[in-house]
Amino acid sequence: MRSAKLWSWIALIAGILYFFLPLIGMFEFSLRARRGEYSFDAYANVLGDPAFRATFGYSVLMALFTIAFGILLVVPTVFWVRLKLPRWRPVIEFITLLPLVIPPIVIVFGYIRLYNTSSWLPLTGSAMGTNLLLMFGYTMLALPYMYRAVDTGLRTIDVQTLTEAAQSLGAGWITIIARLILPNVLVAVLSGAFLTFAIVIGEFVLAALLNRPAFGPYMVWMGANKAYEPAALAVIAFVVTWACMALIQLVTRLSKHTRAQQR
Amino acid sequence: MTDLPPPSARRRVSLPLNWFGVAPFLLFALLFLFLPTMHIVLGAFRTPAGDFTLANIRGLFTPSIMNAFWISIRISLVTALLGCVAGFLIAAAVTRGPLPKPLRGFALTFSGVASNFAGVPLAFAFIATLGRLGFLTVILRDWFGFNLYGTGFNLISFLGLTLTYLYFQIPLMILIITPALDGLKREWREAAETLGATGAQYWRMVALPVLWPSFLGTFALLFANSFGAVATAMALTGSQLSIVPIILFAQIRGDVLQDPHLGYAIAFGMIVLTGLANLVYIVLRTRAERWVK
Repeated sequence: MRSAKLWSWIALIAGILYFFLPLIGMFEFSLRARRGEYSFDAYANVLGDPAFRATFGYSVLMALFTIAFGILLVVPTVFWVRLKLPRWRPVIEFITLLPLVIPPIVIVFGYIRLYNTSSWLPLTGSAMGTNLLLMFGYTMLALPYMYRAVDTGLRTIDVQTLTEAAQSLGAGWITIIARLILPNVLVAVLSGAFLTFAIVIGEFVLAALLNRPAFGPYMVWMGANKAYEPAALAVIAFVVTWACMALIQLVTRLSKHTRAQQR
Repeated sequence: MTDLPPPSARRRVSLPLNWFGVAPFLLFALLFLFLPTMHIVLGAFRTPAGDFTLANIRGLFTPSIMNAFWISIRISLVTALLGCVAGFLIAAAVTRGPLPKPLRGFALTFSGVASNFAGVPLAFAFIATLGRLGFLTVILRDWFGFNLYGTGFNLISFLGLTLTYLYFQIPLMILIITPALDGLKREWREAAETLGATGAQYWRMVALPVLWPSFLGTFALLFANSFGAVATAMALTGSQLSIVPIILFAQIRGDVLQDPHLGYAIAFGMIVLTGLANLVYIVLRTRAERWVK
């Protein structure tokens, strides 16, 4: 038993060293912009850079649109599959997992070739069209997480009975989904949304290959041209990721709390 | 729409109607998942004029591209293997080991963050830590008189990329293997101990055989995960290291007009490898779930 304890501590301490040293390193490095002393100059430079604000704002907007579209796409699908096509659930679930199988760079390559200016759907012909294509691409990237979150959320409620009850009261499909299903899976939807946000905000490959002014390509450009600012950007990106995960935990915990109170 | 006919009548007339609700999703999957992928796969077997050919695939067997595939495969294998082992040890320590309970929640939350902290920022964090003027490099030099770069170490190398990739591989392993570890029943351990087994014997003869499918399956998933990683490698090496995703990126960006069909072939090669790895994952996971239930 003593050796088990020893091994556990060794594994944990090695893990902590490996995972925390880069975080400390990136933070320390980001403070080095002024010669001879620590300062927040790198952060000031980054936050004062109009290109930072433009690209970060673009990515935030993109994330919000992706979340909205993802919810519109996934929630009715999960609901419908549970209600009407339970036998097809494994197939739909398999489709939603495909973005983890096919590398994103391959899919975006397909987009570029399939939706170019001379194709039947020339999405890359205009800035707006490319934005749309990027949003669809991000929705695709987030699909495995969004679908799983909502599917798990819907598992706890009796979709069949609730729907029949709503229908007998005269509710239509849109009412059922918006006022019955959505509130019930709100926590799951929010978890999926925050995860989507974390994925979209720093995404590089899709944005770079579709030539959109997103935060990911901006970070790579800074990495190639500046010394200390990239570390500051990494700290900012880490804080955003951490905030998203913390919000997921928070909504999950809050929902458990309110549910317990209702009982 | 609101008043449905009785089930028996419904089955006959409204079979397509049942699919109506998933139509938007299927259309989305068709347009932004299947068609783009099919386009690439078919393109790999076509000449620019549209005839069937194997020349593109043959184009993969040039030394530079084969070399890139080989480096990518090796990095993916090594990071998947180390990620599995290290992730398993940490997960076992926090879930099964005699460590304080709150550590478990912390490790899982942190894994959630770290597995999503991939891509460009991760590369920056490693440059800031192990680069020529990085935090750790400087500490080793000033405090311990150890010149890291004097040993031939370079972050833009096989080793550097491996170290960096492990930062998202290990947490992913922790997240996947923890439920499997939770599935190990306490009775099994007690039974083994009653029969006189030591801790090591219990792990070797009971726990690991049960966990084996999860282990191999996650290995396959981690392999695919690192094989498709582009952003981290791009930001870390600035396309100096020829791994497959970087070569494909360059093909799409610049040289695509010269020979788009070679790009298709490279992309096809990536799909085949990650597809195979995921197939292994899916098959083994279904086998693993028999025990976890």
